[in-house]
Parts: sequence; structure tokens; C-alpha cells
Amino acid sequence: MANDLSGVLMAPRPPFHLIDEDGHAHGPGGATMLGFWIYLMSDALIFATLFAVFGVLSTSYAGGPTPRQIFELPLVALNTSMLLVSSITYGFAMLAMDRGSTKGTQAWLLVTALFGAAFVGIELHEFAGMIAEGATPERSAFLSAFFTLVGTHGAHVTFGLVWIGVMVTQVQQHGLIPENRRRLLCLSLFWHFLDIIWIGVFTFVYLLGVLR
Amino acid sequence: MSTSAAGHQQASHAPIEAMGHGSMKSYLVGFGLAALLTAGPFWLVMTGVLGSVPATIAAIFLMAGVQMIVHVVCFLHVNRSAEGGWTLVALIFTSVLLLILIVGSLWIMYHLNSNMMPMSAGGNGGLL
Repeated sequence: MANDLSGVLMAPRPPFHLIDEDGHAHGPGGATMLGFWIYLMSDALIFATLFAVFGVLSTSYAGGPTPRQIFELPLVALNTSMLLVSSITYGFAMLAMDRGSTKGTQAWLLVTALFGAAFVGIELHEFAGMIAEGATPERSAFLSAFFTLVGTHGAHVTFGLVWIGVMVTQVQQHGLIPENRRRLLCLSLFWHFLDIIWIGVFTFVYLLGVLR
Repeated sequence: MSTSAAGHQQASHAPIEAMGHGSMKSYLVGFGLAALLTAGPFWLVMTGVLGSVPATIAAIFLMAGVQMIVHVVCFLHVNRSAEGGWTLVALIFTSVLLLILIVGSLWIMYHLNSNMMPMSAGGNGGLL
């Protein structure tokens, strides 16, 4: 009798339990990748507002220096190529990860970090040169908007470099476990996303600025 | 719902592999196109070969747009099947917001500047 009763009471439980199990059957990373993608999209909106601000203020020189006087296109071209090359070397890191090569992944990550660091270094050199000439952020609305937009992008690349350093260490410690693969994929999206933002920067800020 | 125990291992990898992954070919094709589409606008602006500023502006914006699409397809590997299409939907939604934000701001502020012209004749003139 007691057995029958417990059988009736317990009967509805397994289906709920199964559904709960099934909800977790998508493995690690599925929701994380989409969530990270949506973060990147919100980040794109931050850059959109900064681009809009720069667009509105890009001719407000207040008697100060104009883009033609302070932008050095050969330097910008060099910087652009650094970021572009770092994009494909990160792709090679992803391909090494697919092959399951721990050393290959780490090596390509370090090469990527090297190009990324070169990008940040050249950008800081450019900023220092401009500030030395008196083209400081407080000189005009154009320069405020310029330093905000390009500086925000540079800060993103700098944090990307920190993240690459963390991932090289993580892969060293734990190997290419699913969690690290997921993190490397998120970082891949982040890194390629920054390169896309830079396309907007060199077109809208530097090339258009020199044309005007 | 119908994920069997046998298919569990593969199913758990599917969402990860669906995005951010590419082949050597996609990276190399993407890099080649991106290098051309980067060198092109710099060359146009630095040599002034088109001889007309509006034409050069149109050309560099066109190449920037194409290069962004190349990066999204070849490097980010966004397509209709990644994450069940949600990445593409989010990207299109963001792009629409982005265009409204940037083009709308420029349009409105340009008109405000035009209307304010008599008052700030020597000040910050038009955009673009």
C-alpha cells in the first residue's frame, strides 16, 4: 500500500527532471557566445555615439590645428597594417586551437599581442607628437572628440592585450579545455570587432579629415 | 528536446563551433581582400589620383563599407546559421541603430548649423 502510494506520488517527477536535464544539454559556450556577441553589439553603439560626436564636431577647430596639419597618413597606414596583420594572426591561433595544438595557439596569441602592442605603441607615439605640438584634447572640440574616439578604441585594444596575456597563461595552466576554447572564441570576436571599428576610424577620422 | 544520449557529445560542441570558427581559406581570402580595401583608400587619398574630393570621399566610404562586410563574413564568420541566426539578427539590428544614430546626428546638426549661419558666420561652419 505504501509502495503504491509513493509510486503515484513519485510518478510525475521524472518527466520534469528530464526536461531540466535537456535544458542544460546545449553544452558550455552556446549562451555565452551569443551573450558576448550582444555585448559587442552594445559596444558598437558606444562607438556609434562617439563617431556621431566626432562627425558633428569634426570641423570645430576653434582656430586650432586642422586634421591636415596634425595627421600623418604614412603613420596611420603603418598602424592600420599592424592591426590588420594581428587580425589574421589571431585567426591562425584559432586554427591552431582547432588542430588541438597548445603550443601553436600560444605562439600565435603572442604574435598577435606583439602586433597589438605595436599598434598601441604607434598610437601613443602619435598622441605624444600631437600633444607636443600643442594639439591637446582641450585645444578644440575637434581635438576633444578625436582623442575620445581614438582613445576609446586604443583602450579597448589595450584591454584586449591584457586578455591575450591572461589566455596565454590559462592555456599554459589548463591546456585547451572547453572553457579555454570558449574564452578564446570570445576574445577572437572581440579582437576582430576592434579591427572593424578601426576601419571606421581610419576612413571617417583620418582619411576624411585630410581630404577636407 | 530530442537530443539523444549518443548525440550529446556532438550537440554540446555544436554551439561553440557555430561561431568564430573559420578555415585557413576564409582567413587568407579575408586578409587579401582586407589588405586591398585598406591600401586602396590610403592610395586614393595620398595620391589624389581621382582629382575630385567628393568622388574620393564616396570611394573611400564605399571601400570601408565593403571591408567591414568582408571582416564580418571572413573573420567573424557571421552567417544565417550561426547561433540559430540570432547573431545575424543582432548585427542587422545594431547596424540599423548605428546608421540612425550617426546619419541622424550629422543630418540634424548640419541643418542646425545652416540655420545658425548668420549668427556664427566666422565660427564652425558646415559638416562634411
